[in-house]
Amino acid sequence: MSHKVVIPIGPYHPLQEEPELFRLYVEGEKVVDIDIVLGYMHRGIEELSEHKHFDQVPFLVERICGICSSSHPYAYVLAVEDIMGGEAKIVPERALYIRTIIDELQRIHSHLLWLGLAGHFIGYNTVWMWAWRYREPVLDMFEMISGNRNHYGMSKIGGVRRDIQDEHIPILRKALDDLVPAVDMFKGAVMDDPVIQARLKGIGILNKQQSIDWCVVGPTARAAGVDIDVRRDDPYGAYDRVKWSVIVQKDGDIFAKTVVRILELYESVGIIRQCLDKMPKGDIDANIKDVPPGEGIGHVEAPRGECFHYVKSDGTNRPIRHKIRAPSYMNVASNKIAAVGGTISDAAITLAAVDPCYCCTERLAVLDKHTDKKIMNGWDLIKLSQEKTEKLKGNI
Amino acid sequence: MIKNEIKKKLADKINHWHEHSIRRVYFSVNPEDIREVATFLFNELNLRFATATGEDTPRGLEILYHFSFDKTGEMVSARVLIKNKKNPEIDSIAAIFPGAEWIEREIWEMLGINFKGHPDLKRLLLAEDWPEGKFPLRHNPEDRGQRTEKSDF
Repeated sequence: MSHKVVIPIGPYHPLQEEPELFRLYVEGEKVVDIDIVLGYMHRGIEELSEHKHFDQVPFLVERICGICSSSHPYAYVLAVEDIMGGEAKIVPERALYIRTIIDELQRIHSHLLWLGLAGHFIGYNTVWMWAWRYREPVLDMFEMISGNRNHYGMSKIGGVRRDIQDEHIPILRKALDDLVPAVDMFKGAVMDDPVIQARLKGIGILNKQQSIDWCVVGPTARAAGVDIDVRRDDPYGAYDRVKWSVIVQKDGDIFAKTVVRILELYESVGIIRQCLDKMPKGDIDANIKDVPPGEGIGHVEAPRGECFHYVKSDGTNRPIRHKIRAPSYMNVASNKIAAVGGTISDAAITLAAVDPCYCCTERLAVLDKHTDKKIMNGWDLIKLSQEKTEKLKGNI
Repeated sequence: MIKNEIKKKLADKINHWHEHSIRRVYFSVNPEDIREVATFLFNELNLRFATATGEDTPRGLEILYHFSFDKTGEMVSARVLIKNKKNPEIDSIAAIFPGAEWIEREIWEMLGINFKGHPDLKRLLLAEDWPEGKFPLRHNPEDRGQRTEKSDF
């Protein structure tokens, strides 16, 4: 009879901000079951939001996630504007373009961050360093536009808080021009590398039907052939005014998820360039004073998928109910399918492949189920993953 | 538009129909019909389940099931009202598709609604030392509860 052991992954990892605990049940090398424990960072933001007035809430929800920190306030203001008749009717044209530019810059920095981490987990530390090196100029652009590298504070009900200055536009364009060769390099390094193909193809698969059943969103769904993207399906901002395409792959494995994210970087660069070309002069804020009673839904395509906010107002200056659903909430649950049946050496990259706002592999430890004695720690597991890559390198 | 089809097919189940805008539709159904309605929306019309919102209102506990039809960008929300606040119960829709498992666990611990037929109804977000039978999103102070002692986390 085989010996079943439990591997707890998490809850804390210093690189990412959201702790979570995965208990992997393994027999030998094979993962036979997984238990996902959440709640280490449950701050009760939905409840807190009911005690803030409408203009304070964007600053609160911005702090849900440090990586998609424009998506949450954007989805929230869309929900409030939905109560008042919709973003397109209220918000000035220039503000729509500025919102779109910020949203896409955020996608670029988030995808580069994930690419680096994914590289690290499979032993490509060069990819890690290079990806994060090219992420820096994007953060500098944020600092130039909003004053902050993270938590931009740009979204406001009825518009944006800061304008993009004319003298900043050429600098932004230059940063994008410098980024494209870097993305070309990553595209070549990942898509043409036989070792990465051998390492990432066919593992951590979530097929199309499973993606639909688990209601996953974003690149995780698109990698499996589910053609959804809120930016196209329910357009907000200036997405219906620019030309771009939704990247869809069909395999559903980790390689497909990587390809989706890399190709989306090109689309994001294209969207920002078109927005800079088309952005009209004018107001950036509609000066909304009151929110009427009613209920509204706002959803945006965050880097990880659909970010959903529901706001109910009773005509006072506070929301009476504010429901928030981050994309990882749907995607992380699907690890139950993607990781089970794989091996431990694939677990680190599989759990990271949905791009959860966290990845706790550093605190990974293998415990014997009966004695709780530590057999392996987190570094051993990353090492295991990296050793597998080395072994594949030798074979190819 | 998918909303017209829903309105036609579910005409005998819908109590109240409200079109807020072209892409936002809200309708209310009886709690005992929710499994049938969700099966129809998810399996037959192929809507994507976005999430569910639970709320404590003066009239009872309310759940809004948000479904999204991505071909036209419509967001369809089915509303149920559970009047019994002492012992609230509703059929689980996680039995139909697993994507609803987590949100039902969350609503169960936050509002105390029991989902009948849920495969694994246990706490999702609250701390282990949170008192039993207290629900943080209820408005009545006696039902809300608070943590008694500080845990290690």
